[in-house]
Amino acid sequence: MYMIKLAIFGFGAVGRGVAKILIDKERIRRLIGEYTVVAIADSKGAIISDSIDLKKALEIKNKEGSLPERLTVDEIIDSVDFDVALELTPTNIKTGEPGLTHIKKCLKKGCHVVTSNKGPLVVAYKELMKLAEKNNVKLMFEATVGGAMPVIKLIKRDLAGNNIISIKGILNGTCNYILSKMEKEKLPYDVVLSEAKELGIAEANESYDVEGIDSAAKLVILANALMNMDVKFDDVEIVGITKITPEAFEIAMEKGYTIRLIAEVNEQTLKVGPRLVSLNNPLCIHGTLNAVLIKTDLAKEVFVIGRGAGSIETASAVISDLAEIYSCEVNK
Amino acid sequence: MAIVSLVVELKDKPGQLAKVIEPVSKYKGNIISIVHRREEISEGKVPVEISIEIDEKNVKKLLENIKSKGITIKRFNESRLTSTTSVVLIGHIIHTDLSSTIDAVDKTGFAEVVEMHISMPCLNKPSTAMVTISAIGDEELKKAMENLKAVCKKKGIIMIEPLEPE
Ligand SMILES: NC(=O)c1ccc[n+]([C@@H]2O[C@H](COP(=O)([O-])OP(=O)(O)OC[C@H]3O[C@@H](n4cnc5c(N)ncnc54)[C@H](OP(=O)(O)O)[C@@H]3O)[C@@H](O)[C@H]2O)c1
Repeated sequence: MYMIKLAIFGFGAVGRGVAKILIDKERIRRLIGEYTVVAIADSKGAIISDSIDLKKALEIKNKEGSLPERLTVDEIIDSVDFDVALELTPTNIKTGEPGLTHIKKCLKKGCHVVTSNKGPLVVAYKELMKLAEKNNVKLMFEATVGGAMPVIKLIKRDLAGNNIISIKGILNGTCNYILSKMEKEKLPYDVVLSEAKELGIAEANESYDVEGIDSAAKLVILANALMNMDVKFDDVEIVGITKITPEAFEIAMEKGYTIRLIAEVNEQTLKVGPRLVSLNNPLCIHGTLNAVLIKTDLAKEVFVIGRGAGSIETASAVISDLAEIYSCEVNK
Repeated sequence: MAIVSLVVELKDKPGQLAKVIEPVSKYKGNIISIVHRREEISEGKVPVEISIEIDEKNVKKLLENIKSKGITIKRFNESRLTSTTSVVLIGHIIHTDLSSTIDAVDKTGFAEVVEMHISMPCLNKPSTAMVTISAIGDEELKKAMENLKAVCKKKGIIMIEPLEPE
């Protein structure tokens, strides 16, 4: 029986979520067969072993803050033998780094990659896909858009054969929380934002979310991966939610509308911005949820809703990608 | 596209309606409804009311073609503004010359601001408005919206458009 060797790069919320699920050997074996984790790295250190005890690794990370061995991801890729890299480091949509270098090196080495990191895909989608194909390995990225909510594989696999006409989505839970709260409680933006920060729903530096940047990055991935486009982040027309007034909700409501931050792609459009959404529209959702309305030529409308973030939730998408890589082999 | 409704007088015998339908399809019109007003028959002629969706460019030619077949058009009216949408504007709407903002739509000749509702919270704070725009067709509505959006962008006003057409 072949033993699949996994490497985890990035041991934050998502990395640790993945590790927690991987502890459940019975659950994962059914999907991919025998496996072991041979490397884990964070920004300062690593653990390398033929068979890492994940429980212990989580304990060390919690207690010490960082992993003990002085090794970088680059050094690990050069020196450790593994089959799949789980690239879960922070997103940088300008440079794609450090994930971009990690992913390229892994693909060139002939390893599959599963990532939750938008940066590398936003910066170099086509290049990375070609590299994966050339090296006969897979690059999977379900977790980059919509967290646990299935979108990428849903469209690629379950809607195979369809042409995608348009995708409209709520791809940022923080923005949706703020807007739906403003709608319900008739409060100004600033008040709801500080509340969201206290609850840990918005980050201390919220601009990445509320300016629409995060949604735009995800939209670029959807357009390139699912609609056969070749667009860049700068092609997206972006308006954020920071200037929305409580009165806007009141007068929109008179016409049966609310306001949500919508990312939209079709042949003529690539934009993120606040939109009037009819109260009857399925995208009129509340709280931190994400949702996507897909329009195709054969299946027509398909609607998905789910959790766009969270440690275990996002790890769920990473695990499903891992399962997909080995699905053919297990079924044999 | 425009919606026109006309009332024609047809002889009360078979084959008459075809004389009207034929020109409609010739000019790529789409018949929305046909009503025979049998109770109004006089001198062997039935008034028939027909609603047609048709490119405004073809309306005149359609009417002429029908007339040339010897059919009397008793009444004709074109409802001009058929496409409507609402947008929300947020910003210093009043202080940035409201009338020039509205002109972006009204001056087109094919679209108008038909309704406006402004809410001003307090002095010097941005105000919020719901603006309803009607145009003679979907394409024209889109163009009017683009004009408005360009003006708003220049003035630093955010324009929130509906996700789906009305
Ligand atoms: N959290 C979510 O709900 C969610 C959802 C969807 C997608 N994502 C994406 O998933 C990725 C991970 O998110 P997260 O929430 O887990 O972030 P996080 O908690 O900040 O964790 C990032 C991890 O990457 C490590 N790291 C940073 N630079 C590194 C480097 N050069 N080499 C190796 N490791 C490095 C960090 O090390 P230290 O521990 O030493 O700081 C940390 O362990 C991001 O790209 C994010 O956008 C997250």
